[in-house]
Amino acid sequence: MKLGLLFSGGKDSTYAAYLAKKKKHKISCLISIHSENKDSYMFHTPSISQTLKQSQAMDIPIIIQKTTGKKESELKDLEKAIKKAKQDYNIEGIVTGAVASVYQATRIQKICNSMKLECFNPLWQKNQFELLEDLIKNKFQVVLTGVFAYPLNEKWMGRKIDNLFISDIKKLNEKYKINPAGEGGEFETLVINCPLFKKPLKIIGKKVWSDDNGKSWRMEAILR
Amino acid sequence: MILVISTCKYKLHELEFVKPVEDVLKETKKPYVIRHYTQLNKNNIDKADKIIICGTSLQDFNYVEKINKFSWINNINKPVLGICAGMQILGLVYNGINKKKTEVGFYKEKFNKNFLNIKENTEIEVYHLHNNYIDFLKLNEFETYCKSNGIAQAVKHKQKPLFGVLFHPEVRNKEIILNFVR
Repeated sequence: MKLGLLFSGGKDSTYAAYLAKKKKHKISCLISIHSENKDSYMFHTPSISQTLKQSQAMDIPIIIQKTTGKKESELKDLEKAIKKAKQDYNIEGIVTGAVASVYQATRIQKICNSMKLECFNPLWQKNQFELLEDLIKNKFQVVLTGVFAYPLNEKWMGRKIDNLFISDIKKLNEKYKINPAGEGGEFETLVINCPLFKKPLKIIGKKVWSDDNGKSWRMEAILR
Repeated sequence: MILVISTCKYKLHELEFVKPVEDVLKETKKPYVIRHYTQLNKNNIDKADKIIICGTSLQDFNYVEKINKFSWINNINKPVLGICAGMQILGLVYNGINKKKTEVGFYKEKFNKNFLNIKENTEIEVYHLHNNYIDFLKLNEFETYCKSNGIAQAVKHKQKPLFGVLFHPEVRNKEIILNFVR
């Protein structure tokens, strides 16, 4: 089946694409929503601007849809992008990296349903530690590009998801209830290499900043 | 042995509709086996102590076209839990009428009778994902334990241990699956 991937550039959407490919589906295009609202509930990735480089690394075309990120308009913009994917690439379904957010999943399900598209959420309800372990097992190179919960700080920016990360996040999960996969918005990620990439990406520059006196941190990675 | 039946047309959807149920069963440490409904044989059903029929995606109606694959339900006396499409399958086997109503997302549902350890008058938030339902209110063989807007959300056969829920208990209401299995 020809599918469009709702793509943020992070671990969940990329791993969802990997699972879809493993089940013999074709990812015909990526759909990336670039929101001006950094607090959007739907689309909120600090390194979203790098999705074009990632699409080139995967050799899959990308539809980039800009949105102001206001609650209703961002859904209309998402719908517009999915319609374009249906028209231009004849997709029959959408893949998402939704894990536990009913807010996101419900809205995407409704849009797909209205267009008679299948909606695949292969990570739905997946155990969060299992998800992190699967990423490592399947050779995903993932770095953190945003942290939004205490005690995560600027030292976590650019950190790779590896076994040490899992061990550290387990401790934070026990002590501070930090969601191990960042599903509660505790952190955001960027995939720099994985089995879907024809060539790995390198971080050749980065800008790390905080907009709220160190309560949260963001990193804009420059990839090549 | 618990028999978990997939109703998904696409294998990729099993990660969304079967694996979360499997993860709940893993917690119980009870043995289970997963089979697709088109590949079921008599041996699978005979060996099962309990059976769970999982749901599938909003656009997947393949199981309706192949409802004869579920004719074994007519003769079974083992506990069966039908989830969403699984509940619709129970109704279709009993010649229920398939009707259209799309419900997606969280809804509050109130149980008017005890159902799999959910106490009478309890209101819970459930996750709906369906375009259709079966008009169980007109099926004399079944009793309704929870309904809203004229739609049965949880039912049980009056004589047999056949349970059905229109919502997805694997999302936020895992205790329903655990109570069924235990």
